[in-house]
Amino acid sequence: MNWLLVILGAMVGAPVRYLTDRAVQARHDMLFPLGTFTVNVVASGVLGLVTGAVLAGAAPTRAGLLVGTGLCGALSTYSTFSYETLRLAQDGARLLAAVNVAGSVLVAFGAAVLGTAVAQAVWG
Amino acid sequence: MDGTRSQAVVKPTDSDVDLHIPAQRPELRRGPVPLLAVIAAGGAMGACARYGASLLWPTPADAFPWTTLLVNTTGCAAIGLLMVMITEVRAVHPLVRPFLGTGVLGGYTTFSTYAVDAGRLVDGRRAGMALAYLALTTALALSAVWVTDTAGRSLVERWNGR
Repeated sequence: MNWLLVILGAMVGAPVRYLTDRAVQARHDMLFPLGTFTVNVVASGVLGLVTGAVLAGAAPTRAGLLVGTGLCGALSTYSTFSYETLRLAQDGARLLAAVNVAGSVLVAFGAAVLGTAVAQAVWG
Repeated sequence: MDGTRSQAVVKPTDSDVDLHIPAQRPELRRGPVPLLAVIAAGGAMGACARYGASLLWPTPADAFPWTTLLVNTTGCAAIGLLMVMITEVRAVHPLVRPFLGTGVLGGYTTFSTYAVDAGRLVDGRRAGMALAYLALTTALALSAVWVTDTAGRSLVERWNGR
């Protein structure tokens, strides 16, 4: 059952990352990898919210597996983030590569903390 | 720095999907069902590998998240090799990148658990460990993709006798 929840969540999360990334790129033609940045920040905020809800006892552990491990895990990505950073650095956009690393880490961390804080405020 | 890219760029910046690559632009319209199906299937496989790793090597609350660090580093090493194969080797099936890159490796690696785990360490009064975890993951993941990209390309060049 647990594995099935992870599978179901990931089967939604991975295609949603692809479609979101495409939609962002179609609207904003820029060097900065805004699509991956967006999914990583959103997934971090949602996972913070879900983790906070599970810790507060407001959501079952299985919700954490479906929405957290499965959906948010597959919606977010470290491999694409690191590949994009490498490409930017190798293509001469070193400042943008550094901005991508610092920005992604800081904003995703902030979203995760905010999500957890909201969950604690609502259900804590 | 923030200008638009020329059409002459042949290598994708985004390994998931890059609309600057002419071949990737019509792929969704051309066959949305097989495309999204291989991404979903790959994502499920990658997420299961990550979930399996978390069951095999569970991280206690307040402990350094070594398992996620290892998952993200190995996933980044793999994307470097995969993208060399896709950009340098001809005749790779068009669904290989969506399946392995967007699906399997995207599902295997995670940014959300990385960010939330760091937040939980700060909550548990382990801010130093959280900072070390954030920095070490970034350093190892970027080193991994750089090493496999460099090694993969030099292998291909040697293979081609250049």
